[in-house]
Amino acid sequence: MNRNRIGYFFREGLGSIFSHGFMSFASVCVIVACLIIMGSFTLLVLNVNNMIKQWESENQVIAFVDEALTDEQAKALETQLESLENVTEAIFVSRDDALAKYLSSFDPDENDLFSDLEPTVLRHRYMVYLEDIEHMADTQIRLNEINGIAKVNAHLEISEGFVTVSRIVGLVSLSIILILLIVSMFIMANTIKLTTFDRKEEIAIMKMVGATNGFIRWPFVFEGLLLGLFGSLIAFLVQWGIYEVVVTQIGKSSAMQLIQALSFGKIALPLLGIFVATGFIVGIGGSLTVIRKYLKV
Amino acid sequence: MVRMTNVCKAYENGTKALKGITATIDDGEFVFLVGPSGSGKSTIIKLITGEIAPTVGSVIVNGYDMETIKPSQMPMLRRTLGVVFQDFRLIENKNVYDNVAFAMRVIGASSKEIKRRVPYVLELVGLDTRTRRKPEELSGGEQQRVAIARALVNNPRLIISDEPTGNLDPARSLEIMMLLDRINKLGTTVLVVTHEKELVNRFSKRVIAIDGGKVISDGMDGYYNYES
Ligand SMILES: Nc1ncnc2c1ncn2[C@@H]1O[C@H](COP(=O)(O)OP(=O)(O)O)[C@@H](O)[C@H]1O
Ligand SMILES: [Mg+2]
Repeated sequence: MNRNRIGYFFREGLGSIFSHGFMSFASVCVIVACLIIMGSFTLLVLNVNNMIKQWESENQVIAFVDEALTDEQAKALETQLESLENVTEAIFVSRDDALAKYLSSFDPDENDLFSDLEPTVLRHRYMVYLEDIEHMADTQIRLNEINGIAKVNAHLEISEGFVTVSRIVGLVSLSIILILLIVSMFIMANTIKLTTFDRKEEIAIMKMVGATNGFIRWPFVFEGLLLGLFGSLIAFLVQWGIYEVVVTQIGKSSAMQLIQALSFGKIALPLLGIFVATGFIVGIGGSLTVIRKYLKV
Repeated sequence: MVRMTNVCKAYENGTKALKGITATIDDGEFVFLVGPSGSGKSTIIKLITGEIAPTVGSVIVNGYDMETIKPSQMPMLRRTLGVVFQDFRLIENKNVYDNVAFAMRVIGASSKEIKRRVPYVLELVGLDTRTRRKPEELSGGEQQRVAIARALVNNPRLIISDEPTGNLDPARSLEIMMLLDRINKLGTTVLVVTHEKELVNRFSKRVIAIDGGKVISDGMDGYYNYES
């Protein structure tokens, strides 16, 4: 395709947007609405995932060191633990530290009760942080197999809970996003169908004088593409505004202080990418499905 | 050139529109195709433009065999044809010049070619003073001239015209026929469908008459005097 023709298709597509002003406006509104619904879900999912990640990272496994080991031997286990797959960090806690921490968790007045407690009753231990809590059970077994580790405490039920929640959230939102994508494509196709309706004659004339299908199709594709792009940019700006308002409101509310929302800056670029790509796909896909019908003469 | 051999056409609802048509139109000819309403004239035109395919028989148009033509070749065939309809089929929101230029633009002609060719064709059909008018600002005869200019602008080998004067008064009709005759004299083959006896009889051209989907006469001696 030479540049002359691209120019022609572009001008025709653009011209058609203006000569069918109302339908173009309607198409853009449809795209904007669908993208914002989709975008809101995406942002929700991203934030939920982010929170789960944070909670996950605080969830550690405790590996108790065999009492028979000397202090040096116990400390030497660290490299062995950290070399395990799925272990990000293993922090050594000596029995004295463990006891101190244990005691401090009680009311200071009752400290007397334990004051004569010998540090030796407690074991040296490691706080083991995992990369992926989904494989916590597996890692627990691996840790147990290490010589010098006597016992491993892990909250498997919590890890399973997290995994289930994040899977459900991911699956539900993916389905919703997919459905919305199909719905917006469908609405877009119908909108463009209306704009092509009064151009049936024009298309018939083009075919009669020997225009190729490609030549008939391209202006429509450009039209869809421009509408999709324009819609996605508007949707992005509106989405940005909505997000900022919601995050500010959450920040103000004391009940939701715990929620740590992602800053928009962090997600702006991928979101813009998704919006523009969706706008393109919906715009081009919509116009192609419509034009195919008219080309069969 | 058009060569039809034993062509039959049955529509999907079972109507047998053509029942064995054999006829040849050579390059450079001017031919009237006449017959009563429903005799199959438009069906023949649609077979030539490739809008429909024959049920039986062969249709060859400007070297393309309509039985074996690939969809991708259809635009190429249509560029060798110029088609004119009774109802003009102009684009209402484009002016005269743009309606004609449109036909060139959509087959990928350059702006330079368009600027050179369109004024020439508009002058040929006598519309060089009306180029900025919209179709609705023109008379029926003028609108049909625009349609003829559009059919002519890509320099086709054959002009096909289905009842081009059906919506015009006798004086305008005669002018249109004379224009088509002039175009023929410049070298383009012309096929005109009509059922207007008087008009046909003013020219001494080859007349193919059909009735009930069959050729009932084909001769150079003017109009076949059928009753309808
Ligand atoms: N698309 C169609 N489907 C079914 N029957 C048709 C169709 N087009 C034309 N016919 C029938 O075929 C016959 C010939 O029609 P047509 O070629 O249009 O005749 P003419 O142009 O001579 O008036 C008529 O009986 C008409 O009703
Ligand atoms: Mg007819």
